[in-house]
Amino acid sequence: MHISVNVDGVTYADEVEPRLLLVHYLRERLGKTGTVVGCDTGNCGACTVHLDGHSVKSCQMLAVQANGHEVTTIEGLARDGKLHPVQEAFHSNHALQCGFCTPGMIMQAIDLLADESDPDDETVRKGLEGNLCRCTGYQNIVRAVQDAAQRMKPGAGPKQEQHSDEHVSSKQPVGGE
Amino acid sequence: MTATAEPEIGRARLRKEDARLITGQTTWTDNLQLTGMLHMAVLRSPIAHARITNIDVSRATSMPGVAVVLTGEDFAAEQGSLPCAWPITEDMKAPPAPALAVGQVNFAGEAVALVIADSAYRAADALEAIDIDYDELPVVLDMEEALQDNDLVHADLGTNKCATWIFDSAEAGAGTNVEDEIASAEVVIERTFKQQRLIPAFMEPRSVVVAPAAGMYTVWSATQIPHILRWMLSAVTGIAEHKLRVIAPDVGGGFGGKLQVTPEEVLCLLVARRMGRPVKWTESRTESMLSAHHGRDQIQKLTLAARRDGTVTGLKVELLADMGAYLRLVTPGVPILGAFMFNSIYKFAAYRFVCTNVFTNKVPTDAYRGAGRPEATFAIERMMDELAVELGMEPMKIRELNWIKHEEFPFNTVAGLTYDSGNYEAATARAMELFGYEELREEQARRRAAGSVVQLGIGISTYTEMCGLAPSRVLGALRYAAGGWETASIRMLPTGKVEVITGTSPHGQGHETVWSQIVADRLGVPFEDVEVLHGDTATSHKGMDSYGSRSLAVGGTALVHAAEKVLAKARTLAAHMMECDESDVEFAAGSFSVRGTSTVRTLGDVVLAAHVAHDLPEGMEPGMDADATFDPDNFSFPHGTHLCATEVDTETGMVRISRYVAVDDVGTVMNPLIVDGQVHGGLAQGIAQALYEEATHDEMGTLTTATFADYLVPSAADLPAFLTDRTTTPATSNPLGAKGVGEAGTIASTPAVVNSVLDAVRHLGVRDIEMPMSPERVWTALQGRPDEGAGEVAAGGLGSIDAQGGQS
Repeated sequence: MHISVNVDGVTYADEVEPRLLLVHYLRERLGKTGTVVGCDTGNCGACTVHLDGHSVKSCQMLAVQANGHEVTTIEGLARDGKLHPVQEAFHSNHALQCGFCTPGMIMQAIDLLADESDPDDETVRKGLEGNLCRCTGYQNIVRAVQDAAQRMKPGAGPKQEQHSDEHVSSKQPVGGE
Repeated sequence: MTATAEPEIGRARLRKEDARLITGQTTWTDNLQLTGMLHMAVLRSPIAHARITNIDVSRATSMPGVAVVLTGEDFAAEQGSLPCAWPITEDMKAPPAPALAVGQVNFAGEAVALVIADSAYRAADALEAIDIDYDELPVVLDMEEALQDNDLVHADLGTNKCATWIFDSAEAGAGTNVEDEIASAEVVIERTFKQQRLIPAFMEPRSVVVAPAAGMYTVWSATQIPHILRWMLSAVTGIAEHKLRVIAPDVGGGFGGKLQVTPEEVLCLLVARRMGRPVKWTESRTESMLSAHHGRDQIQKLTLAARRDGTVTGLKVELLADMGAYLRLVTPGVPILGAFMFNSIYKFAAYRFVCTNVFTNKVPTDAYRGAGRPEATFAIERMMDELAVELGMEPMKIRELNWIKHEEFPFNTVAGLTYDSGNYEAATARAMELFGYEELREEQARRRAAGSVVQLGIGISTYTEMCGLAPSRVLGALRYAAGGWETASIRMLPTGKVEVITGTSPHGQGHETVWSQIVADRLGVPFEDVEVLHGDTATSHKGMDSYGSRSLAVGGTALVHAAEKVLAKARTLAAHMMECDESDVEFAAGSFSVRGTSTVRTLGDVVLAAHVAHDLPEGMEPGMDADATFDPDNFSFPHGTHLCATEVDTETGMVRISRYVAVDDVGTVMNPLIVDGQVHGGLAQGIAQALYEEATHDEMGTLTTATFADYLVPSAADLPAFLTDRTTTPATSNPLGAKGVGEAGTIASTPAVVNSVLDAVRHLGVRDIEMPMSPERVWTALQGRPDEGAGEVAAGGLGSIDAQGGQS
């Protein structure tokens, strides 16, 4: 099937098998290997990306379901060499160790902060329930998300990860054709 | 070059590693895509024990994209046997361990056939077209039944008993005879505990890529042990070691689970050799759970002798340890790592440890965070509580009465170790204060008196562990096949920048950051000027890798020694450059000076002079590099006091941790941020054993917890916030004073939680609850309905009631 997907600000047009998972499309066709696969059942959340600004588990979606949509991965968060506040907060709070869950965890945290601008401990923990981390015991992840909430207000809100039209059109496709 | 303003040692440096990990610029093994690369998919036995009577690959072979389908018969002549590096006794039984089953399968999940195809999807498709006929054999699952030898896992061995390993303090000259102590004891406590089977569940599934090139093979693997892997791949396949290069790129967690030489690593190598093309294999999560090694799985029978005043006198430990179907890299040695730790921080006069290793038709077990020591710590901390209950004593008091006092270090233990340093009083005092121990006891009393639905429990774990693995001579005495040294190199580059090569292999621990701090501290160079190279046998040619909380205590020490060698040479050259006697040269903050003068040469000046070599002292080689290898003469012994408060809902059985305090003494801390992180993660895994995780098999030997939907790795919502602090008594066995922190949290926390839950409900007639303490098990225990097999115990689980259990 033919699909057209905007990923991290670049529009790709591709022929894909209907069964191809979105995460495999991202990783193997587009080289977006920042997004990873941690399980087969949607439990671990390592593959979390944004579809039109909302978090989805890209191992639970087909590439064809992303046709005509905008996908943001961990690789599309930084702007002009400046990290997203959630990325900064994960670094500053030592919220990662092996880092395998981190891309999904950051994408989910951004989604959470879009709904909760000043989440308490329990809200963060519940909001990240679908993302497993085996290294950190979550303590510093919770701290990082709360720290990010402070960093993101006011002004630098979570819409930051979404692409403005002019931003998208100013970039040339670099592959996937 | 400027000196660092703040001391690097002890500084909460943010990690260098994060830059790539938070932006997705990582190199996981599965990211690799090589020209002409083939994909390997593994067909696994759905049956736990069977003869393979026929394999028909014809349909699979003709499927689109399939290059070849291979079975055990195809590899029988070249696959050798997967290595077991720890034959714990002379007469240990060790079955051949083929990477791909030949003629028989011995656990559900064992690899039986491979599809090699041009894509991972097509390889997976073809798996379903392979037809295998199995002739089922009786399944051996229960360790005690296995020891009856009615049905055998490996018929050729003639028994399911792998080995029996014994330590006896009287025989070793480290203590008295335990039977004498038991016979003369005023109190004898006998309990049996079950250490359930766990799955390491590292987040990055394992992945292997092998690229062949004219007889040379590059192996990328999500492994903790690139150096050991290279050696073992050579030993197993016969490919000469110098024709193998092993790379552990970014590795997403291990926890012992990637301390292994796997069937798939061997098979990828053999397939790449056969096909002459690169080959990749990446497992699914279910494959990981079905075939990557599991951990724990012991039945522990303990007999503790004491006086009525609470003084412990003797401890006898009889273990059954489930090996699973095969002996992997260190499978038989894992319970033996616990042998020296059951006596823990207490002064027993006599100690005897007997471990019987048993084969079953289950996934092989091997190292999982703590490896042998969490099991030991759990058992002794449970026993100390049981003794306190028996004697009606306060559980902390009974520990205090028996532990080694801070003025008694160094202390020779009844297990034959020498604990170099520690201060159990200090760690405990700090923990009690942070916890609000007395107030919580009062609150507990109030709830008991009121008959509250939600009861409060307080659990204690005053633990120690042995880590910094390990003195090579000790490993040799334990019949381990390798040494325990570690190596490091420092390359001073002509611009003054520094490359550090380490033999440790980090997979989340932050070595790049901490090793940079150590070098910056020793050489007075900026932290940012240090780059740490690791995990590639072509750049780091020698090493013993990362496990057993060894990297800093052993590898960090090698690095200190390498830095000292750099400075020694630099001092000689600096004296030559400044035309003074070497004894007049002082070094501080990255610069050499002549005592009493203003003459100065920075380390950078000296390194450049060494590099250009225009004017060196007679006999000095150009360049300013140094290698050092360190073999410790003792283990290190972190310790600490963990206190856990739980609220147990007596109507639902739900357990909630309401307060958790961990005060750990891990020696001198290099980076408190990283130490805290290690403790947090360790706590999560130890708590998970207490409350959530268990790998279970059905009666046919099928793993019923083969996904993250069934195997309950806790989420953020399942865990509490932890309160952590430290006390510090430096290790005396290394110049950094470091003891290691990788395993401490896991080792300490499980008994703290279990003791806490039991403390909450013991007054309601509950004596024990098996781990994991699920709401169902807690609730059942509270109904006064003993589970099957219960003995005299009024209520409770399987854990401690089988006093007749354990080995004969």
